[in-house]
Amino acid sequence: MMRVTTMFLIMTRTRSGSFYGRARLLAVAALCFCFLPIFASAADLHPPATVEAGQAFSIPVQGSGEATFYLVGPDHIVKRTVKLGGDLEIQSGEVSSAGRYQAILCDSSCTFASFQVNAAQPAHLSFFLHPSRVPVSTPNSIDATAFVFDRYFNLVLTPAVVDFRITPASGAGFSQRVPTHHGVAWMRTSSTAHEGRVQVTAVVGSVEEARVVQQVAAEACRLNVRAVPSGKMIALETDPVRDCSGNALPDGTVVSFTTIDSAGKSTVDTPIKKGIARTEISVHGRAHVSVACGVIEGNEIAVNGRL
Amino acid sequence: MKWGLALFLTIATLVLVAIAWFQSGGMKQHAMFSATTPEAAVQALMSDIQSHNYQRAFASLDPASDTDLPSFIRDVAGSDGSLRTYASLQSADVSPLHANQDEAVVRVRMNWSSAVGSLDDVRDLRVRREGSVWRVVWPKPAFPAVPPQVVSVNYLRWEVIGRNTSQAWGSQDVDSPKVRITSMNAISRPGRVVILGEVENEDTIPAYLNVNATLLKADGSPIEEEGSFDMISHVLLPKQVSPYRIDFPGIRMEDVKSVRMDARALLVPASADPVIAITDQAVSKDGLNRNVLKGDLINQSGRPVNIAQVLAAYYDDSGKVIWVSDGYVDQALMPQVPVPFAVDIPNDIAQRLKNYRVIVNHYSRTSS
Repeated sequence: MMRVTTMFLIMTRTRSGSFYGRARLLAVAALCFCFLPIFASAADLHPPATVEAGQAFSIPVQGSGEATFYLVGPDHIVKRTVKLGGDLEIQSGEVSSAGRYQAILCDSSCTFASFQVNAAQPAHLSFFLHPSRVPVSTPNSIDATAFVFDRYFNLVLTPAVVDFRITPASGAGFSQRVPTHHGVAWMRTSSTAHEGRVQVTAVVGSVEEARVVQQVAAEACRLNVRAVPSGKMIALETDPVRDCSGNALPDGTVVSFTTIDSAGKSTVDTPIKKGIARTEISVHGRAHVSVACGVIEGNEIAVNGRL
Repeated sequence: MKWGLALFLTIATLVLVAIAWFQSGGMKQHAMFSATTPEAAVQALMSDIQSHNYQRAFASLDPASDTDLPSFIRDVAGSDGSLRTYASLQSADVSPLHANQDEAVVRVRMNWSSAVGSLDDVRDLRVRREGSVWRVVWPKPAFPAVPPQVVSVNYLRWEVIGRNTSQAWGSQDVDSPKVRITSMNAISRPGRVVILGEVENEDTIPAYLNVNATLLKADGSPIEEEGSFDMISHVLLPKQVSPYRIDFPGIRMEDVKSVRMDARALLVPASADPVIAITDQAVSKDGLNRNVLKGDLINQSGRPVNIAQVLAAYYDDSGKVIWVSDGYVDQALMPQVPVPFAVDIPNDIAQRLKNYRVIVNHYSRTSS
């Protein structure tokens, strides 16, 4: 317990009745908090050293009559008139934010004590999973980061274990248990060889949060074009366009056909449709045909007129 | 004194009437109906086209012209929402090619101004003498007609559902497309520095792309930042590659120590339709003896493309991009109809180029 000077007590008591605004209350509480260690010594308030967030508790106070009680928390302040000689009840909502609290009791003199409110049990997860799309078979390409919060959204700083469960669309899933450091757990993993949806779920106790990564085909592999007659023109058609793991490149991916004949060069950028890219082009005499997808080049063929 | 004032008022009135007649095109009309030279006839015709007086222009044509008024208007003023419909004739340079007593051929270089820059249209017109007056023979324009048919189009279309802003921190969102600058080359051109190269959409979704470059001094401080503006295909489908060019006018290469590149991609709704084939590409000389890359655009889809822009990247024998040029096509691309295009190539680039690649940007009046 700390005891302040008579002058400060008089000033506080005489002016406290005119305090209406929250800002003024905050200013006085801050003033008390700043000056008490200098002018007073704690003795009469005995709160528990640590309290779980949202946990109601009581502080026994001695004496008789009424006093003004201040509870200064990390993001709020409570002021109320209490009767001395009983238990001072602290409601659960008054200690919902984790952090350091100051309890101040003023009658003819002021006493204060501090206590720590720690986060409660994990109740929420903020789960970041990047990227949302990833090419198959890419090492260390998926990042998962989980922030563990209690039900009042205090970061749970006490170590907890987050279970990251990876469930691919095909094949066996696996999990990785990662302890939190300062409320955060993270892991990095590689994409598998098959395209599709991969669900990653972060689990702490009964709390779980799921995200999805879309594994997509990588660059085209063994891109192959063939020419088939199509009326007065020549149809250029690829084999099903796949990556080196055998995954089909998604429809809409652009494949570039180039023909060079006596009339010059012709190019068509055409999207893959139902797994293959196809276009029709007129050719004058002998022509040289090539195909590319992005920066990947495919085979080259020679065609002669209308085939 | 009294007569002097009357004489002054009469002369002033006559001068004003003459000015009004001149300004209202009377001189041109007079020149048209009394065109005593082939060049004057073509010049008068161009004046009417410039003033959008197509009926008078058509009336001045030689009767041997095998065309009608709607075809003539469509030929000179454009149709189907093409770029020409938004352009106006800025100037026309007329030069005789050859002439005899009754017939001449005159080359006219029409310069059309549009929102995307000037467009050149060079035509060799036949001019015939009828009595004492020369008249232009306007050739019948050939508008290819596509047979009535139903073209099924089932190319992919991408739509985007973004993250709900009311969702909690850490809730899932869709990442922006991943794009990569595959090549970059800084070159010095007269009066400017040019950054050019190619960029690829490496992702499996379409991207709306902007490439910016910042020129840096030796101490790392920026000299200037510019974007590629319309010298790029902004919407890139998956695995599509676009050339880009960024001009820095007034900057000298000696002042530039390094370049910072920045390719920013946004996820946008897009359609894989239309597909435009670029056929019969060849480097040649145009009528004005300039190096051009010529070819035809064929809209392989079923819907007209109103405005098309051709972007060409030129490579040297080591495969490096040495120039990027563009050109807008002033005709609409009707389905299955070849439309010619030509883009300029600087002389020094034409001497060095080994290969080239052409892509087409397209704009349609209705949303895709």
